[in-house]
Amino acid sequence: MAMRTPLKNVRRLGSAKEGTDHFWRQRVTSVAALLLLPFMLWFALALVGADYETVRQTLANPIVAVLLVLFIITTVIHMRIGMQVIIEDYVHAEGAKIALLMLNTFFAILIGLASVYAVLKLSFGVAI
Amino acid sequence: MAEAKARELPRVERPLSPHLQIYSPLINMVMSILHRITGAALYFGTLLLAWWLLAAATGPEHFATASWFFGTIIGRIILFGYTWALIHHALGGIRHLIWDTGRGFDLKSVDILCWSTIIGSVTLTVLIWAVAIFLGGGA
Repeated sequence: MAMRTPLKNVRRLGSAKEGTDHFWRQRVTSVAALLLLPFMLWFALALVGADYETVRQTLANPIVAVLLVLFIITTVIHMRIGMQVIIEDYVHAEGAKIALLMLNTFFAILIGLASVYAVLKLSFGVAI
Repeated sequence: MAEAKARELPRVERPLSPHLQIYSPLINMVMSILHRITGAALYFGTLLLAWWLLAAATGPEHFATASWFFGTIIGRIILFGYTWALIHHALGGIRHLIWDTGRGFDLKSVDILCWSTIIGSVTLTVLIWAVAIFLGGGA
């Protein structure tokens, strides 16, 4: 006898109530990062040994700034859920696991916010 | 008392489930491990990008400090490692996306995909650095 209600099958969210959300987010952010990778390689190579003014002028371009912000955002989401899996795989003490998962989130948000802030501060108000 | 005695008896040597050191290092296993290691390395490597961006946003003096560090031998070694980790993780990601479609699971394809990942990542990293050195006007 099936103990599941039809609604449970319709929702397909499983016991964690998330379904394949984690898996899918990892894939979406990885495809986004792959699409942005050629731009990032160009960006890094264009600024090899560049002086301060060149960096400012490059980031003053809205397209460069927007693509860079996109890369930062997709990367920090991707790395946060990736590190979450690593922590869950290797850290089994409940307290340490929860503390590290929290630190992981803090780190990802801090890196993301600081990087985006820096790009916007560099980009705003500079005429190309 | 009897229970306590029973616990002290020598334990029967039962087979344990095999772990990493039991297996010979097959290429797909090595690539799986490298994918996780490079992912973790890139995680902490974001500190470099964040530092560089913040330094540039703070002002010319701070930018000069960051620029100087990335120009040192240690800075270059770190950046070279970061480049390889990024490319390797990206290529490994493509391999996983191919596997996600259900394709490439026969042994021959697995070997080809895994060898392509490492050969491709090393080749591309060297190429990127050749271009960088060419653009940057040498070491």
